[in-house]
Amino acid sequence: MHVSPGMRWMLRIGTAVALAFIYIPLIVIAIYAFNQSRSQAWPVDGLTLDWFDKALHNPGVREAFWTSVKAGLGATAVALLLGTLASIAVSRYRFFGRDTISFLIILPLALPGIVTGMALNATFTQVLGVDLSLFTVIVGHATFCIVVVFNNAVARLRRSGTSLEEASMDLGANSWTTFRFVTFPTLRTALVAGGLLAFALSLDEIIVTTFTIGQEQTLPIWIFTNYARPNQLPVVNVVGLMLILLSIIPVYLANRLSQDPVGTRAGPAPAGGAAAAAH
Amino acid sequence: MGPGVDGNQGLAATLWRRPRLQLSLLLAGPVGWLLIAYLGSLAVLFLASLWQLDDFSGEIVHKYGFQNFKELIETPVYRQIVLRTVLIAALVTLADIVLAFPIAFYMAKVASPRVRALLVVAVLMPLWSSYLVKVYTWRIMLAHDGIVNWALDPIGLSGPGFGNVATWLVFSYLWLPFMVLPIYAGLERIPNSMLDASWDLGGRPWMTFRRVVLPLAMPAVVAGSIFTFSLTLGDYIAPTLVSSTQFIGNVVYSNVGIANNLPLAAAFATVPVAIMLVYLLIARRVGAFESL
Repeated sequence: MHVSPGMRWMLRIGTAVALAFIYIPLIVIAIYAFNQSRSQAWPVDGLTLDWFDKALHNPGVREAFWTSVKAGLGATAVALLLGTLASIAVSRYRFFGRDTISFLIILPLALPGIVTGMALNATFTQVLGVDLSLFTVIVGHATFCIVVVFNNAVARLRRSGTSLEEASMDLGANSWTTFRFVTFPTLRTALVAGGLLAFALSLDEIIVTTFTIGQEQTLPIWIFTNYARPNQLPVVNVVGLMLILLSIIPVYLANRLSQDPVGTRAGPAPAGGAAAAAH
Repeated sequence: MGPGVDGNQGLAATLWRRPRLQLSLLLAGPVGWLLIAYLGSLAVLFLASLWQLDDFSGEIVHKYGFQNFKELIETPVYRQIVLRTVLIAALVTLADIVLAFPIAFYMAKVASPRVRALLVVAVLMPLWSSYLVKVYTWRIMLAHDGIVNWALDPIGLSGPGFGNVATWLVFSYLWLPFMVLPIYAGLERIPNSMLDASWDLGGRPWMTFRRVVLPLAMPAVVAGSIFTFSLTLGDYIAPTLVSSTQFIGNVVYSNVGIANNLPLAAAFATVPVAIMLVYLLIARRVGAFESL
């Protein structure tokens, strides 16, 4: 395709501007995590690892970390189960209301998190009379994590086609055997990718969490209750960097796992694309 | 062969003969969950928005009426908050379209496959991660002695400080990847031959962009704007951290927490739903759903 050299340069500059805009704050917080001084002024005075030590031994941070991990694992487990079932139904059967189901699965991400959070809060506290706890957080997170697993699994099932499954059935395998030896192995990496993304999404979520949590604190909630305490800021910076790494690494791995093994084109973000991270 | 295995075989055979039953079993879990946990909760939200607080005890009374919505419409402050939120959401969407187009076009039409794959990952990774940390970082960066003022000082400028401009900036930052990826996907679908044809027919870059690229990329832009718009409508974290002004999300948050007026919070939470439903209907008409 013809692109004039001037145009090419302008596009390069535009790309660099967008990338700088996206990454400079992430680099800044990484530097602050090593900041020697309690003051948050720029430029930083000197670098130290002390705050990492303080953060790792901070009981509040440790507790919040484990709460986050438990919530993430619970939500991921539910999302994996329900997302896989739904993906097989939608991509292997034709039935009335199929598009509605896809829409219903995406809806918790298309609507603002505060709506999901507020709706669940009203239901738990006013109708069901359930105390808010880690369990209610898992219900909330699972609701918007299903779509992540679903998207990954559906993309894989569409790409792999039905011929292997038909061959298995023709050779006399029943539907369970076919699932176990044909469908599941095809899906496996897509499910790992979806699970990693769901976990990252849950780990990072704050709005739905705020509305569904009881006395516990997840890592984002811990940050939100401590960001205004000048004494805690150095530790908040470290926790922030930890949270970035904890969510970026699963996303990176998921992206590698869901790459098309045959095609060379990167394609429009196989890992669910933009349609899956609204919280 | 034990009876258990026999039973398994029998079950599998029954399932094979009855694909409808198989389908129902597959769908029961996910659809049940979404109907009960999600749509059921949304229904409760709408009901709760019609409840009221007892004037004396402050307890929630399950009597139905539109008084919360009346309060929402008739209180000038609330009207202003809704307008401010929608306006900022629109400005954020605009800023993200402008920022996203060059990088999306570069990824889709200019970059080599290798660079393209790298750029997709580079844009995708922050989209998924560390939302709160990013807002918090901007709080540090925009503070009086922060990096923004430090960088602008030598050229005699200063940053926006905390306020509406800061909120707009932070929202634009947060949702940028949500705009880049759909536009990239949309541009990738435009055949190069169309752009070349426009060029051959004498269309200068700006003309080609306006008359060929933009109309064809429109569904993708609308798809991206669903996210930038919806996410801004429901957020209270960024306004809390980098401004002292109220957005729709702040009203919901403070009424569930401190003010303890759940019915009013529920009524406010239906505002983004209403706006987004209208938005989604328009988006479907322009074919944006294929670009999600």
